[in-house]
Amino acid sequence: MDMARSEVRKLAAEDYSTTQHLEHASRQARERNYQDFLIVDVDAHHYESESYSEVFAYIESPVIRRQAVESAKRGARASMLGGTIGYQDIGGRITRHELRRHDIRRHDKLGGGNHRDVAMTLEWMDAMGVDYSCLFPTPMLFLGLHPQVEVEVAMCRAYNRWLCERILAVEPRIVSMLYLPFNDPDAAYKTVKDFGDKKGVVGFMVTSPRYKPVHDNAYVKTYALLEEMGKPIAFHAAYNWHDQSLSLTNRFISVHALGFMWFNMVHMTNWVINGLPERFPKLKVMWIESGLTWAYCLMQRLDHSYMMRTSDCPSLKRKPSEYMREMYYSSQPMEKPRDRSILEATFKMINAETQLMWSSDYPHWDFDLPSVIYDLPFLSETGRRNILGGTAAKVFGLDPKPVKKIP
Amino acid sequence: MPECFVAKASEMQDGDRRIVVAGHAEIGVFYKDGAYFAYSNTCVHAGGPACEGLMINRVVDVIAPDRTYQGQTFSDEVHFVCPWHGYEYELQTGECVGDRRLRLKKFDVVRRGDDIFVVV
Repeated sequence: MDMARSEVRKLAAEDYSTTQHLEHASRQARERNYQDFLIVDVDAHHYESESYSEVFAYIESPVIRRQAVESAKRGARASMLGGTIGYQDIGGRITRHELRRHDIRRHDKLGGGNHRDVAMTLEWMDAMGVDYSCLFPTPMLFLGLHPQVEVEVAMCRAYNRWLCERILAVEPRIVSMLYLPFNDPDAAYKTVKDFGDKKGVVGFMVTSPRYKPVHDNAYVKTYALLEEMGKPIAFHAAYNWHDQSLSLTNRFISVHALGFMWFNMVHMTNWVINGLPERFPKLKVMWIESGLTWAYCLMQRLDHSYMMRTSDCPSLKRKPSEYMREMYYSSQPMEKPRDRSILEATFKMINAETQLMWSSDYPHWDFDLPSVIYDLPFLSETGRRNILGGTAAKVFGLDPKPVKKIP
Repeated sequence: MPECFVAKASEMQDGDRRIVVAGHAEIGVFYKDGAYFAYSNTCVHAGGPACEGLMINRVVDVIAPDRTYQGQTFSDEVHFVCPWHGYEYELQTGECVGDRRLRLKKFDVVRRGDDIFVVV
């Protein structure tokens, strides 16, 4: 129980720390006794661009490595990896994006043997009450749009090697589904082969904004390998403001709301209609960061048409929604309609108590806390524990014993 | 009603604020344009530190008499923003700008000489 206290605080930017920023989250964690059960965050992020100088050293091609290193020296000009148009921090209103430089300075000063991303990640995990986090990159979520496929492949391999060596090898509470260079199917296969058994690698992730259809025969051997290894494949949503349709939107709220659903809706539709769940019945498939309502909508759309157009998808033996109900979904950004019964119906539609996994997306602008799940009145206690960590522990093969240290 | 000391009035400059922790209550006390405002420091959205973020004026669309869009500008209405997710509150009322039915609990602020107190 929190002790009553009395103090007056000034707000000084240089005093910023993640622990302080998330103090109210820690209070929630203590009030709800998170220390008593497992919480797994299946979608969290770091800013790998803050470590590009290290990552670039892992690029195997000497030519691409030199291009990357040199282009990064002149930040104001065009860079080799390209920037992404957007303003996630809402014109500076999400202050942690700017203030994290104080965190970085503090952690660099503290030193220690491990990479600072380890300490910074553990700091917010403990503050929220999280035991394990599945860590993903941030700018690289858009790398699937790079016009040079060889750059995506080179950067992906460099990042994966760096992540495995510097982060995953040293911290058991941080795991990852590694970036798949999906624009080069052979390289994607090689990535699974080379990294599938590395410590902390609990699956593989396709960044969704890209223009390769998931049902292409070129990917079959990769899906088969993943199925054989028992590792999930995840599709992590993002947007592409240059997409012909999305370029019609003129505000970030618009491209974000549509874009993070759009690519996953396309990939899911292709995945189901082309019968991939029938061809790879044991392959675990996850859909990340599109919220929940897109699946609720798409299930009904596809089922409705399916009954009239079974000849379009002859591989299917059941309705599309029945396959979708066997896949996994991350929760954030979880829509919260005023009428709770709508959310309850959404949960029911996707079999949330066994298929949904809580995610924070921290430190991004629209992160969720575990309380978005914990506080839902319509969940069974088993379902609540499953969503917050039990299901992820099974899918990722994690020890279900809580290990966090809530401040 | 118990009062909690906030600060010396002479210590608070325009745009300054203090977070007063009194027992289990956290209150943000703002000083802006010669007036004091005090609200609960718990965001109506996710429980974030609502009073600890940016102070910024309201953004408005500029619509011409012929109803064409002419860009955006800032109005005179001052907001403060929850730093967790960007929920905006009007400084004068504590109303949540995205849904005026929601508002932060308001507290009275009193000044005695050079001392500022919030009534908890």
